[in-house]
Amino acid sequence: MSKLVLTGVSCHFGRVAAVDDLSLAMASGEFVSLLGPSGCGKTTTLRMIAGLLHPTSGTITMDGEVISSPASSLPPEKRNMSMIFQSYAIWPNMTVAENVGFGLEVRRLARAEVRAKVEKILDVVRMRHLSDRYPSELSGGQQQRVALARAIVVQPAVLLLDEPLSNLDANLREEMRYEIRRLHDEFHITTVYVTHDQAEAMVTSDRIAVMNQGRIEQVDEPRALYARPRTRFVAGFIGRTNFLDGEVRGDEVVFDHFTIPRARFPEAGALGPGRVSFSLRPQSIHLHRVQADQRPPAVAPGACVVAGRVVQRAYLGEHWDYAVRPAAGELQLRVTARPHEVFEVNESVWLELDPGQLAHIHDKVAHP
Amino acid sequence: MRWRHLDRSLFLWLLVAGALLLLVVNPIARLLWVSLHSSSGGLTLDNYVTAFSRWRYVQALLNSLILGLSVGVLGTLFGVPMAWAVSRTDMPGKTLVWISVLGTFIVPNYLSAVAWILLAGPNAGWLNRAWRSLTGADAGPFNIYSMPGLVLVVAAASFPYMFVFTRSALDLISSEMEDAATTLGAGVWRTTLRVTLPLTLPAIMGAFIVAFLEAIAIFGAPALIALPGRFQVMTTMLWQFFEFPPKVEVAAAYAMPLLALTVLLFWLQQRIIARKGYVALTGKGGERRLVRLGGWRWVMLGYCLFVTALSFFLPMLVVLQAAFAKAWGRGFSLDNLTLHNVRFVVIDQPLTRAATVHTFLYGGAAAVLALALALTIAYIVRRRLVPYGRVLSYVAMAPFVIPGIVLAIGFYASYTAPPLVLYGTAWILILAFATRFLPIAYANSDAALRSINPEMEDAVRILGGGRLLALRRVVGPLLKRGLAGAFILVFIPATRELSSAIFLYTAGTQVLAVLLFDKSDEGNFEYLAAIGLILVLGTVALVLAGFRLVGRDFMLRRTAS
Repeated sequence: MSKLVLTGVSCHFGRVAAVDDLSLAMASGEFVSLLGPSGCGKTTTLRMIAGLLHPTSGTITMDGEVISSPASSLPPEKRNMSMIFQSYAIWPNMTVAENVGFGLEVRRLARAEVRAKVEKILDVVRMRHLSDRYPSELSGGQQQRVALARAIVVQPAVLLLDEPLSNLDANLREEMRYEIRRLHDEFHITTVYVTHDQAEAMVTSDRIAVMNQGRIEQVDEPRALYARPRTRFVAGFIGRTNFLDGEVRGDEVVFDHFTIPRARFPEAGALGPGRVSFSLRPQSIHLHRVQADQRPPAVAPGACVVAGRVVQRAYLGEHWDYAVRPAAGELQLRVTARPHEVFEVNESVWLELDPGQLAHIHDKVAHP
Repeated sequence: MRWRHLDRSLFLWLLVAGALLLLVVNPIARLLWVSLHSSSGGLTLDNYVTAFSRWRYVQALLNSLILGLSVGVLGTLFGVPMAWAVSRTDMPGKTLVWISVLGTFIVPNYLSAVAWILLAGPNAGWLNRAWRSLTGADAGPFNIYSMPGLVLVVAAASFPYMFVFTRSALDLISSEMEDAATTLGAGVWRTTLRVTLPLTLPAIMGAFIVAFLEAIAIFGAPALIALPGRFQVMTTMLWQFFEFPPKVEVAAAYAMPLLALTVLLFWLQQRIIARKGYVALTGKGGERRLVRLGGWRWVMLGYCLFVTALSFFLPMLVVLQAAFAKAWGRGFSLDNLTLHNVRFVVIDQPLTRAATVHTFLYGGAAAVLALALALTIAYIVRRRLVPYGRVLSYVAMAPFVIPGIVLAIGFYASYTAPPLVLYGTAWILILAFATRFLPIAYANSDAALRSINPEMEDAVRILGGGRLLALRRVVGPLLKRGLAGAFILVFIPATRELSSAIFLYTAGTQVLAVLLFDKSDEGNFEYLAAIGLILVLGTVALVLAGFRLVGRDFMLRRTAS
């Protein structure tokens, strides 16, 4: 059975719909990220789950009980959840141990038990040696660990994280991503994680819900989301990509000055007649040098070859970044190449495209 | 399940709304009502006719306007150059100047009126005596019992507004802006006049309005100076309407223009302050370099000391002398020294002893009350616990634009007759003080709350604690310092409040300010000075406590907000 279910949830502020008819079901012990740009409604959704905001329509249920509906909401303190805030919200007037023990105290555990649990969790987040410090004496990363410990120690039914890493510097952020996933693997708490950083979501999550303008565009496992985005927004938001707009004419998909046989697409059946769009990742395109005989190079089975010309390039150390214009069209494709694959600007090249990597996308969310 | 979901903060809203109704809305509404009804109860405009048909009454109104404008002008002349010198130049002795401006804030206006009577009273005043002994003339040139005298006293008491407003505006203008003018070839004076001053102008105009309003609403100094000088201003006129038999209806009608003018000018002031679009008061300030004055810096310091001598040093000197003198006219000599006056006030005389206790008791109670109410409202509004919470905050800030004397008449009109009779009890004074200084408490509570991230409370709630636990364990402890400062900022003016106390006290509920005013016509200035000294010392103790608790800038928050 699903642990947490959001059904048609909306939240309006005045006439603005911050969250618009959102539905999502989470399994027990699952780690789901809400990923999207600022203002997409992800934090609003999280705060509704927490009970800090009330939906204007729709319901939220936990273990089958309705906890939020427009008519009434269970106050946050009765939800047995915990939350990690963007500001950490570590109480500056309490020591690390007092902060972490607070939730246990509220739950009326015996003093000795509180102490034992606090010590144990501080060990887990490697903060025990600092348990008598005040928050102002801690670094950002340490405060973050206190926030984690404080949230986990009460063994909540659901753990909510609101952009918890956005205030940390880059190195620490990378470290904490793995830390958060490690803690999840250890405690298996059902978790909702809000972030605008796709790498964070990819590292931590079982599934990612990509949000845009108050709606969920796609919910999928990280790999599926990257490889097979279903909307233009998702394709553009997760990683870099090229958009190819074409038209299905009979057995061919016609692009700007080049065509690909329809049968080569994995979803050939779904490609109806008329306009279609695809997303193609820069590293899914390969460049080949044009040989003296002008013959197309040998490519992987199923792939297509299109003639093109390099119009721009940049060397980024780890890889080359090329802009290539196929045939005589206006389209420009971004191509990522390994450092030793050197091409000059204006050089003619062969582009190797694998139709299997062309993800068929829609402009809008197909709502059920 | 519904009960489990219910938000109980709704009850709190009702409680707070009730308190505001009692303290702010009812007195003012009642005042308006009374002004429009005859004593027999019918609807009438007669009170307005009575209030404005006699030349004497209209003249008092005009005198108030003259006083306000003159005080604004003189206050600008006093305060603006000082602010510029302290903020922008290499003038020496800035700390001394700053402390003496702070000192001016500490002297109640009625005490500086008493001091100026000692300084410039006709014949006996120190300055007249000094003049006579210097020139050999048989009469001194100074007469404090006159309009110019009153203007001087009030301007000296209220120029700190000019100073503080202008200084904080100047502090926000970065040198880069002046450098831009300098690199285009403008000299120091040209830059100051064309760039710096215009950028500060909105602040100066705002301060001018505040000084004007302060001057027309003030009661103590005019009562001590204008009445013996045989002229009236609006506030003294209002006071006379209350001489037996009290003409409350006429007083209410007469107070309306004062109220309307105050509301209007405050609105204007807010517009001026808000419309600083062209002023790059970014709040960052940037780097500032000081203007080198050369030899002029001593002249500038001389001017600052001259102004603060008028506002602080001379008044305090003569008050101290009188408080510890057997007879103040006998001057500074050891055999004229005595502790009798102070002893008499604090210990020997039951009346003043009781008044001393009342002063600090009522002031403290009013501060606690105002702070509790203000904090609750600020919390409700900030956390959006109820719909239309903004209304509460407007009502809480409303007393800011109600002159104390008008509020007092409103309280008198509301709570001398059933259903709620508070007149004659200490409560009417405590509630009036709390209402009068509610805006200070509100602005400070709100600022303190703003510094707390709501997520601190959310964190408590999501971990299973209720709102009350969040308030007790997190918000309360975090606000402690800020609230201590706010408490002191309400306590200080509440201990010195005269303009509302004078209408609301009865035989058993005198406070020191009232006593000082009451005894002023007996001419026992040693006694008055001793009372004033106790008030000043109480204030100094509170200010020092504030510095310790909150830090050096705590006095300024009131004016900044």
